[in-house]
Amino acid sequence: MQRYILGRFIQSLMALLGITLIIFILSRLSGDPVALMMGGEVVTQEDIDRIRVQLGLDKPLVQQYFIFLGDAIHGDFGRSLRYREPAFSLVLHRFPATFQLALVAMSISVIVAIPVGVLSAVRRDGLFDRFGKIVALLGQSMPGFWFGLMLILFVAVGLGLLPAGGRDQPSSIILPALTLGVFPMAAIMRLTRSSLLDVLDSEYIKMVRIKGAPEWTVIFKHGLKNAAIPVVTLMGLQIAGFLGGSVIAETVFAWPGVGKLAVDAVFSRDFQVIQASVFMVAVVFLAINLAVDLVYAYLDPRIRYR
Amino acid sequence: MALSVEAQQARLGRLGLVFWRQARRAPLFPSLALLLVVLAAIFGPLVSPNDPNAGDLSKALQPPAWQSGGSAALPLGTDAVGRDILSRLIWGARISVLVAVVATAVGSSVGVPLGLIAGYYGGKVDSLIMRLTDVMLAMPIILVAITIVAIFRPSLMNVILVISLGIWAGYARIVRGEVLSLKERDFVALARVAGASPAHIMTRHILPNVFNTIIILATLNVGTVILFEAALSYLGLGVPARTPTWGAMVNDGHQYLSVAWWITTIPGLAIVFTVLGANLMGDWLRDALDPKRRQV
Repeated sequence: MQRYILGRFIQSLMALLGITLIIFILSRLSGDPVALMMGGEVVTQEDIDRIRVQLGLDKPLVQQYFIFLGDAIHGDFGRSLRYREPAFSLVLHRFPATFQLALVAMSISVIVAIPVGVLSAVRRDGLFDRFGKIVALLGQSMPGFWFGLMLILFVAVGLGLLPAGGRDQPSSIILPALTLGVFPMAAIMRLTRSSLLDVLDSEYIKMVRIKGAPEWTVIFKHGLKNAAIPVVTLMGLQIAGFLGGSVIAETVFAWPGVGKLAVDAVFSRDFQVIQASVFMVAVVFLAINLAVDLVYAYLDPRIRYR
Repeated sequence: MALSVEAQQARLGRLGLVFWRQARRAPLFPSLALLLVVLAAIFGPLVSPNDPNAGDLSKALQPPAWQSGGSAALPLGTDAVGRDILSRLIWGARISVLVAVVATAVGSSVGVPLGLIAGYYGGKVDSLIMRLTDVMLAMPIILVAITIVAIFRPSLMNVILVISLGIWAGYARIVRGEVLSLKERDFVALARVAGASPAHIMTRHILPNVFNTIIILATLNVGTVILFEAALSYLGLGVPARTPTWGAMVNDGHQYLSVAWWITTIPGLAIVFTVLGANLMGDWLRDALDPKRRQV
């Protein structure tokens, strides 16, 4: 187990190194940082040379990368060109909003998906099963941003029920969370159904039934527990989807999170903020993946000793 | 091994017949939906009633023909600067179809060879390629898009590049899986004994056997690609604004949601229609090309 944890940890670190390398290369491809800083101002060659030395741009690229890496670890990505603040603290400041949104979205999707999934497996072709099928089909075919806008059109504008954007009141989170949560919801729902159907068809469930256990014990205690493994895997995989989807949901609903910050930074060509937010999301993402894998290895010994 | 010209023609004829027999069984809605979108993409300039980029401010925010205030000349209404939504919709199909076709072609021509090599050679090559796919499949692709677009500016090429980056790993994974079981089969062993080179075995003996899988995956991928292109265009990270795209059209209507529902709703419906068609077609192909699933 210790060997597995260590191996997996090193793997995550390698991935993080890869990401910082990509960010670094891209940041150097984006043109001369000095020219970018100066904008259109008239400067002499001496000024440019002085700034190059100041920024360490006169050193070899490999050395520049290690300086960049050192700064990244300290959360130093330079100052935002637009906000005149350290880029990383801007990102940190916006992170709780994104986290909150993802958490509520995930809760909504799990709370709806698991019961509907179970019901559609138990009552095959019943009402819930049909509902699940339609949700799954539409969920695969509908653009997330459009779904969000339709929620605004019908719920916020049409019925005047919930705020159409911003983060001013507690109810502001409902529509963006629905937008973010509905796609993973469809996936979790269908997988719960098919996984539970597989399990209910197995020999040991037949054995439990023969022993005369009541139906709800069969489904919840024996069935769902075993059907949960692929569902939990899927939920782990969905984390990437949540982080990606939050960019969309935050843009549609003007939710002040990291995703919106990053998209806005693209338009103001605020590279410091883009680098800091990509780095932040990558770290969170790798950390969550690592945690999911470790929990997994704990639950299922086969993974540890592979 | 070389076939005579007649034999080759006969073989092509048979293949055509098989194809036609299958195609005749294709489900109605997906076929018609995809056909309509492809025709719109090809003949867009000929059939679109107006210039998609010419705005007439005196006709701004005109509702669709069936609502009061609408006119038959502009059947789906106009946007905030008075551009004809129907014409923009038809032109928008071009970008969706173009990106779907090119990105799928690029993604699969990177992913399929890598999958073949990983599965056939195994060992270190395999684990290197598979670690790479792990990273790619796990990365939120939208972050990659943001980074690339931030640096190289939005363009059609970059959209295709980003989407290809996002999908090649799926092909590599699936092809590898199939190759792992195919390479143990007798016909591969025979080819090897007969002295065929690895390249020959991979392209002539293994590839034809994974072709169905690739076709199914590509069809199912079309929907994903169109959705992703639309999302990029919506965010303003896609094809530059002068070209009409469905995603950008949805974004155009965002501010006018409370006064002009049609600007946002109609292009979104076009996306749903196309993607639904592609997904249903993919589901059908999966069942039609795989005899194991058909019996279930």
